[in-house]
Amino acid sequence: MRFMSSLSIGQFIPGESFIHRLDPRCKIIATIILMTGLFMASGIPDFALWICLLVIFSTLSGIKLTTILRSGRPVLFLVLITVVLNLFWTPGSPLVRLGPLSVTREGLIVASSMGLRLLFLVIFAGILMMTTSPMAFSDGLERLMSPMAVLRFPTSEMAMMMTIALRFIPTLFEETDRILKAQISRGADFESGGLMRRARSFIPILVPLFVLVFQRAENLAVAMESRCYVPGAPRTRMNPLRWSGRDSSALACLSVFVLFAIFCDRYVFKIYLTWFAAQ
Amino acid sequence: MEQNPIFSIRTAAFSYPGAEKPALDGVNLEIGQGEWLALVGANGSGKSTLAKICNALLTPTQGACFVMGLDSSVESNISSIRQSVALVFQNPEDQIVASIVEEDVAFGPENLGIPSDEIKKRVDRALSLTGLESYRRRGSYSLSGGQKQRLALAGALALEPKALLLDESTSMLDPEGRDSFLACLGELNNQGMTIVQITHRMEEAVQAGRIVVMASGRVVWDGLPTEFFDGEYLRWSFEEPPEIALYRELLTRSLVPPGTRPRVEELLSALCL
Repeated sequence: MRFMSSLSIGQFIPGESFIHRLDPRCKIIATIILMTGLFMASGIPDFALWICLLVIFSTLSGIKLTTILRSGRPVLFLVLITVVLNLFWTPGSPLVRLGPLSVTREGLIVASSMGLRLLFLVIFAGILMMTTSPMAFSDGLERLMSPMAVLRFPTSEMAMMMTIALRFIPTLFEETDRILKAQISRGADFESGGLMRRARSFIPILVPLFVLVFQRAENLAVAMESRCYVPGAPRTRMNPLRWSGRDSSALACLSVFVLFAIFCDRYVFKIYLTWFAAQ
Repeated sequence: MEQNPIFSIRTAAFSYPGAEKPALDGVNLEIGQGEWLALVGANGSGKSTLAKICNALLTPTQGACFVMGLDSSVESNISSIRQSVALVFQNPEDQIVASIVEEDVAFGPENLGIPSDEIKKRVDRALSLTGLESYRRRGSYSLSGGQKQRLALAGALALEPKALLLDESTSMLDPEGRDSFLACLGELNNQGMTIVQITHRMEEAVQAGRIVVMASGRVVWDGLPTEFFDGEYLRWSFEEPPEIALYRELLTRSLVPPGTRPRVEELLSALCL
């Protein structure tokens, strides 16, 4: 039951690195650009460029590459399913036959690029969350969504909801871990039996967890009210967002990189893919 | 009692929806500016409900609560009341909003619409008062229970309130942490801040200037700690704080003069003699 401590979704790692100090709006836009670039990447060689980018991000953020890569761990199962489905169900020239199923050349290319794309999407989102405090993230998001306020979209409430959700991720993992240990100490067994039995054994964890979450939400709402929070009311900021030349430069560099990656994918690496398909 | 009480609760009653008994049943209480009041009583006696009424989080179903002369049942007074009176709850985990220490302390002032320079000053002051300066860029989730409790206090102090309501806020602290927390409260009280401390610990109540006992939603005793620890506490089944026990023992052995109870330091020096 060590998985609780290994999850790092939404975990901000405080720091003063170049990436930490970038405006959150810049980081959110950069992540959207990266995701767009990833969706346009189709060949394996292209991902070598994205790996180089991860190394650059690791250096600029002061966060270990292993920690960054670990943020992709929660979706590994999903990646595996994607890979398996694409590997066996993509039509094309067969490479290996496994009974009624066959692995095709096209399947191998699609499966690997889909799997890597999914993994990189989560890892890039992970870098954004690791280098941006939830408060700064919600401020950035609120500012980016501010034009929607004209349509009476509750941008500040949405941003606050996101801040709280991110803030409570580690707390909820801690609480789940605590309930889990308490149930184990009372003789609960989560690791033996069939799938249904194991699923049923998690009910004693989910019920107290739900009760706790609602209790927490109620207490937090009262505490926020007592600290003068009024939903939708204008708020000032201790660190108001300031877009600087550094943010523009960072965004420009990243855009050039993504365009270069797309260019390589479309034209340079095409030669490799044509060769691979011909073999 | 000063002429302009900070809290004036007049025959206040409150019932939670679906509850058989009222949580508060005709409470009359006036708390003057600069007072340090300890609110004691068994679980379910109405202490926390009274604190929430004083912070305008609840409105009395009968009677009224005036905070600095403002009626808490009037919607337009609520913001002013919450700016003047800060409430610190028992579990700090439930009141920490932000993931970074300084961002959490800034949450209250940000809600007040204060300029960023002023917010920074308030955050600095609150962190310094609670001894959390070195943790300002740390993740709030990585703090110990005691540090989280101090963070909750810092968040309340950043509002620069005139009164502080503490709802069993020392319950998660170790003895050392509690001592420094109480020392911090003492300093704030010396600066003129009104403190209403809900507690089950008599060694904390003994530090207050006034003790109010609640039972079944009513104020059943109100007076000075000297009077309370002169036997009254036994009536309400409270434990005797160690310093009172020591005083009594020294008095029996004629090591201290009868009359006003001496301070802890004087008791200790009498003990050394």
